[in-house]
Amino acid sequence: MDEQLKSELRRQGVVATSLQELYNWGRKSSIWPLNFGLACCAIEMIATTMARYDLARFGAEVFRPSPRQADLMIVAGTVTKKMAPQVVRLYNQMAEPKYVISMGACAISGGPFKQGYNVLKGIDRYIPVDVFIPGCPPRPEALLDAFLMLQRKIDEQQLTGPERPRHLQAEQPSEFIVPQYSEHDLIPTRNDTIWHAPLVNISNAGANESGRD
Amino acid sequence: MNLEEIKIQIEANVPGCFLEILPNASPSGQHSLIVDTEHALTVASFLRDGANPRFDYCSNVTGVDWPLKETSAKQKTKKIVDGVEKEVEEVVKTSTGNYLEVVYHLFSLEDRQGPVVLRMRTEDRAERVHLPSLTPVWRSAELQEREVYDLFGIVFDGHPDLRRLLMWEEFTDHPMRKDYVDPDDYEYEPTPHDEILKRTQAHYAAQEPRSEAGEAR
Repeated sequence: MDEQLKSELRRQGVVATSLQELYNWGRKSSIWPLNFGLACCAIEMIATTMARYDLARFGAEVFRPSPRQADLMIVAGTVTKKMAPQVVRLYNQMAEPKYVISMGACAISGGPFKQGYNVLKGIDRYIPVDVFIPGCPPRPEALLDAFLMLQRKIDEQQLTGPERPRHLQAEQPSEFIVPQYSEHDLIPTRNDTIWHAPLVNISNAGANESGRD
Repeated sequence: MNLEEIKIQIEANVPGCFLEILPNASPSGQHSLIVDTEHALTVASFLRDGANPRFDYCSNVTGVDWPLKETSAKQKTKKIVDGVEKEVEEVVKTSTGNYLEVVYHLFSLEDRQGPVVLRMRTEDRAERVHLPSLTPVWRSAELQEREVYDLFGIVFDGHPDLRRLLMWEEFTDHPMRKDYVDPDDYEYEPTPHDEILKRTQAHYAAQEPRSEAGEAR
């Protein structure tokens, strides 16, 4: 339907919509996050839900303690290698459609602990992430912005056609490999179907003292 | 409170124990007491129950790794060669370290004294890494001894529940040891330097043969 006609009708008190719009509007207005936090970012996440920042304005105040009832996983904090299998398992147990916000430097890349022996270099190695929020920790406004970005993303999703989201494509996976503990590291160290190493030209990395060619 | 006095107290009450004061040259002057492993448990019980003041609180347990360090220095000595006195240069080799150490910080809450620093050393870094656990004396040492076991690989005999604390059970390494080699899961760094630069180069050197085999970069 023509957007102009639609707004003209709305002015006259007639609401015209499509099934897709209604479906997306319903989903984006009731995102229920999973109630879990991993480190200091979780404190900011809690602050976001409280009266001052009031996440309830966007319909996302119902933090569910069970993955079966949650739509959104906010990975808030450092993911240690010991915790990573549990995080992936929780994601696998969530019902489709499900979304992931990777909150803070640690959840994105390992952050200040990136070169440590026990920290996962980003949760996107194992599960698909929809919105990344940089910051250490990000302010509540940044988390609200991520919510609005996710809502826009949901609003634009097609119900049919090749562009439709993962949960509407039967052949796409809804569960991802849970890494196993081993003697030295997690196995596998990453899920190659969803994570690719950064494409950078590294041939000159550390070629000489000055860092130039 | 003086560490010398405490040492004399212990020696008078725990027969046969071997103590050594390790001086700390820094302004804090926090000297520590090296305890022999055989009498450590008796010394600890005495410090808690019989000493004056009584050290009833163990606030901190940590480990230190001392890898083998060999230094060689040239030394000039006078020797008689063919009946003539000559100055001869000799290379003297000295080696230090090659042991793991565990450090306890003790306080007396009654008399507001402390800390007294106890140290114990293992015989080497590979096989003979057993030390007596002081958890039976100070319960607060339990989790921290588990952490030392996890990260340094010191085995505490007499510990009620010696399992890994931070790393998973299947893990076999001890990450805080100086010779720990972590798995090569290097990822792009915008400005690598020092240790990270070495890891960058090692990582891409290991990747090189694979990319030549047809993987276009």
